[in-house]
Amino acid sequence: MDPIFLVEAAINGILLGGVLAVLALGLNLIFGVLDIVWIAYVDLVMLAMYAFYFMVQGHGWSVWLAGPVTLVVGALLGIAVHLLIISPILTSAPINQLLATGGLLFFLQSFATFLWTTDHRSVRLSLPSVEIGGIFLPFTRVIPFAISILAMLALYLFLRHTYIGTAIRAVSQDRDAMALMGADPQRVYVVTSAVGGAMAGLAATLLSFQYSVHPFFGGQFGPLTFMICVLGGLGNMVGAFVASFVMSEIIAIGGVMFSTEMGYVIAFVVFIVMMFARPGGILARRE
Amino acid sequence: MLELRRVTAGYGAFTALWDVSLTVAAGEAVAVVGPNGAGKTTLMRVISGLVPTRGGELVFEGTPLTGRRAHQIVAHGIAHVPEGRRIFPGLTVAENLKMGAFLPPARRVYRQSVERVYGLFPVLAERRAQRAGSLSGGEQQMLAIGRALMSRPKLILLDEPSMGLAPVMVFRLFDLIRRVRAEGYTILVVEQNVRQVLKLVDRAYLLEVGRIRMEGRAESLGEQDFVRKAYMGL
Repeated sequence: MDPIFLVEAAINGILLGGVLAVLALGLNLIFGVLDIVWIAYVDLVMLAMYAFYFMVQGHGWSVWLAGPVTLVVGALLGIAVHLLIISPILTSAPINQLLATGGLLFFLQSFATFLWTTDHRSVRLSLPSVEIGGIFLPFTRVIPFAISILAMLALYLFLRHTYIGTAIRAVSQDRDAMALMGADPQRVYVVTSAVGGAMAGLAATLLSFQYSVHPFFGGQFGPLTFMICVLGGLGNMVGAFVASFVMSEIIAIGGVMFSTEMGYVIAFVVFIVMMFARPGGILARRE
Repeated sequence: MLELRRVTAGYGAFTALWDVSLTVAAGEAVAVVGPNGAGKTTLMRVISGLVPTRGGELVFEGTPLTGRRAHQIVAHGIAHVPEGRRIFPGLTVAENLKMGAFLPPARRVYRQSVERVYGLFPVLAERRAQRAGSLSGGEQQMLAIGRALMSRPKLILLDEPSMGLAPVMVFRLFDLIRRVRAEGYTILVVEQNVRQVLKLVDRAYLLEVGRIRMEGRAESLGEQDFVRKAYMGL
């Protein structure tokens, strides 16, 4: 095989990794603070993708307007999930919380099928490619990657330098102690869910550049996102960031060397092996 | 300043405090002493709102605070330095102090507060960029107290400040608490280290199995035979 294909695959892996990292950081942020895995996280992305699709294709909005609106839609979905589903069962057994968000997944898939049928819908953006040294880089991947990186930088600055962002990190370390500082934990949870939801909304826009949306879109990226979070160490933001690129590289390079399906198979095998070798995640400190 | 009237509280089916009445006047330092499991920590958690009361009243500066949650009580000027310090280990020293000034009125005077805390505990200034979890036990206790001061409280609740510290550090810590007191803060402290704490405070309460057994001036309580034998090992 021409090595140029491998280089191209590696670059495509990096480009995909950026968007995956947005998904993984959103899910991981919520887990780190609330200790609950939103199984239906990527199904919220699916809903937001429909919102983006209808804004662009249905109402003819420009993607530059529809994108930010989709981000807000995601934030509102995040708040709704927290208030309607998570908040009432916050002190229940973890298995019940898992079942509740799992139930939401089936509800969203069925409801989306009912409303919009199983048709695949695509915003069909036609953007040019750039060629650098014989490698073609499509803008439909370069732009989402660049926006992903900027968004993650913004998230980092938010968590690092604002009072509420620092409080989000503090609550994930000690909830009662943060209440003693005067922060209402419930309010911090709502803000966290909104930020996590906004990341889902952003990912929806970015994924719409390349993928068409259908009610079972969550099945395509949900397990992968969850796997990345576990691989990076649940709640560990830096770990999730690194794991996103590890996984996307395996999928991309495995994809050109064998087949796309084989790329996923290899990724899942690596995941299982890693879980035996480092159950706390790739960045976990050794005991 | 602070008044508890016949407060009852507990967890689940277990009642940890029975009819506890206690007062702290402005400018005073008061200790609550007693054996393990007497309900000292529960008492502190009731005052700061982490544990709800089941009966009785909690009044601070004339305002009834019964039934208020922890994040609301801080806003009234009560800061709780919890047992085991409970600093945020993954945050830096400076970030921990910033969280102490989370409420908007405290945020506005953040700069002065942080200078004051660094003045009291210079070691925190040296370590401001370090992860709080990497500090020694004594430094973590200073950070926990400093973080509480950041909210500009009128009353500070100290729960077992000397717990887990080396004897040398315990001496230094009590010295530092004396300096905090000299700054004009009112203090309510819970301590195992009865002999030390009685030298620090004006008055003390003796708590046993959830009830107040005795109350008095620190010196006179320290002279009671029974207290000396049971808690001071004399």
